[in-house]
Amino acid sequence: MSEEKAKAKFSIHGLNLRYQNFHALKNVNMDIYEHKITALIGPSGCGKSTFLKTLNRMNDFVKGVTIEGKIQMDEKDIYRQMDPIELRNKVGMVFQQPNPFPKSIYDNVAYGPRICGIHKKAQLDEIVEKSLKQAAIWDELKDRLHRSALSLSGGQQQRLCIARTLAVEPEVILMDEPTSALDPISTTKIEELAIQLKEKYTIIIVTHNMQQASRISDYTAFFLLGEVVEYAATTDLFARPQDARTEKYITGRFG
Amino acid sequence: MSERIKRAKRIDRIMTGVFYGVAIFFLVLLAAFAGKVIIGGFLGAKPEMFGFERQGTIGNQLFNTLYLVFVALLCSVPIGVFAGIYLAVYAKQGILTKFLRICIETLSSLPSIVVGLFGYLVFLVFLGMGKSLLAGALSVSILTLPLLTTTTEDAIRGLPKGYFQGSLALGATKWQSVFHVILPACIPRIMTGVILAAGRGFGEAAALLYTTGSGSTLRWGNWDITSPTSPLNLMRPAETLSTQIWNLQINGQDRALANLASAVLMLLVLVFNLAANAWSRNIESKNSGDQS
Repeated sequence: MSEEKAKAKFSIHGLNLRYQNFHALKNVNMDIYEHKITALIGPSGCGKSTFLKTLNRMNDFVKGVTIEGKIQMDEKDIYRQMDPIELRNKVGMVFQQPNPFPKSIYDNVAYGPRICGIHKKAQLDEIVEKSLKQAAIWDELKDRLHRSALSLSGGQQQRLCIARTLAVEPEVILMDEPTSALDPISTTKIEELAIQLKEKYTIIIVTHNMQQASRISDYTAFFLLGEVVEYAATTDLFARPQDARTEKYITGRFG
Repeated sequence: MSERIKRAKRIDRIMTGVFYGVAIFFLVLLAAFAGKVIIGGFLGAKPEMFGFERQGTIGNQLFNTLYLVFVALLCSVPIGVFAGIYLAVYAKQGILTKFLRICIETLSSLPSIVVGLFGYLVFLVFLGMGKSLLAGALSVSILTLPLLTTTTEDAIRGLPKGYFQGSLALGATKWQSVFHVILPACIPRIMTGVILAAGRGFGEAAALLYTTGSGSTLRWGNWDITSPTSPLNLMRPAETLSTQIWNLQINGQDRALANLASAVLMLLVLVFNLAANAWSRNIESKNSGDQS
């Protein structure tokens, strides 16, 4: 790997996850590096989205899930030493379908800060502007902050959702196939945005699109049937896959 | 064109005609019925019937109707909405939840005369309230409770899953997500439930027969809430428009007054429906971004 010195944001040790009797994640061990983009690729149902949701404990809301092993964020066990609310303030999430609330653009972005107890108008104004600027959508939206967020196009909605996530000042942003519902131009915008954001945040992105993984990510993990088959620097993984299954998948021979 | 296609087209035209015919039939039925009651009621009315006297007027009954429904909704809306939230968000699948659902379904199909009897036994006999507006309002609130619960639950289940997920992923608690995201998004549909509930309350007579009594003596300007003639007193007997119609018809006196009461009751329901619908449409279009 080219950048061995990068600091690990997450350390995952012996992670196993079961939905009732289905063994969805099998002994996952990996470090996820700070200020990098880590892509999770693999065929549908391979557990990559499930894995993503263990990192902000959104799996807590799914019935019948049991988790073994340890996930540490900055050396703190997120399942034993952190409150899930506190964790989700630090680990934001962008979903596959843009999901702005049926509120104004302003209220969407201000939602996170408000539930964290910020109610001063001036302070909220500042956060909203800053977050929308970071999500590179301020210029498009600054004149209609009080219009409904549902009036925006899909691509704008997704960038608004990123701004909404940024407003709570997270350290990590999880993206679950954030562009699969978007057109190519919006996809490019989101990809450029992700690359800008890694300066300040750690980004983990699930994607079906291998070109996307190779375009934007620093590290790539290939999931298959709940196992991490291969995890390496993106350039290495795509140029010299070590495992025959990885090679077959990235050359499009199955999946 | 082949005979087959010609025949299919002919049948298609006939069926289109049938469907239009059915729709027109309903429209005419409603217009004729509403027209007869409303126009007939107002034509037979004398100006003095619009006053607020003890007898021969409908003013006090109109006020009682509005007041009773308001009190009933004040009790049933919070409970119904909270029960709906519970079933949609908090309830775990299990025997207890199943049993609760059966209870709510049964409650929604109870005949109102039975609810009236229940209200009589509980509020009057057991709690010793005496025939009163409050006892009637509580009986009506029992009638409207299942409707409000199911509308709220359906409204929440009808929302995109992403709203709740998105809010939780920002670090909101369940309650914060429900209160700040889910409920505001559901208000138009919950309002529809409230309108239906109110409509049921306005027209309810059977549940009130044993519970509210037939008091119609009000001294306007008497705001002492404990006085039996104060309009605001919850513990006084109160005749509503629907029980007034019943009383007048049963006792065979003053047909014209009963007709006017019917007309006003019908108009009240109509106006309330239209206004509440307009309001909830307005919120809905605001939410979906059609207007700023």
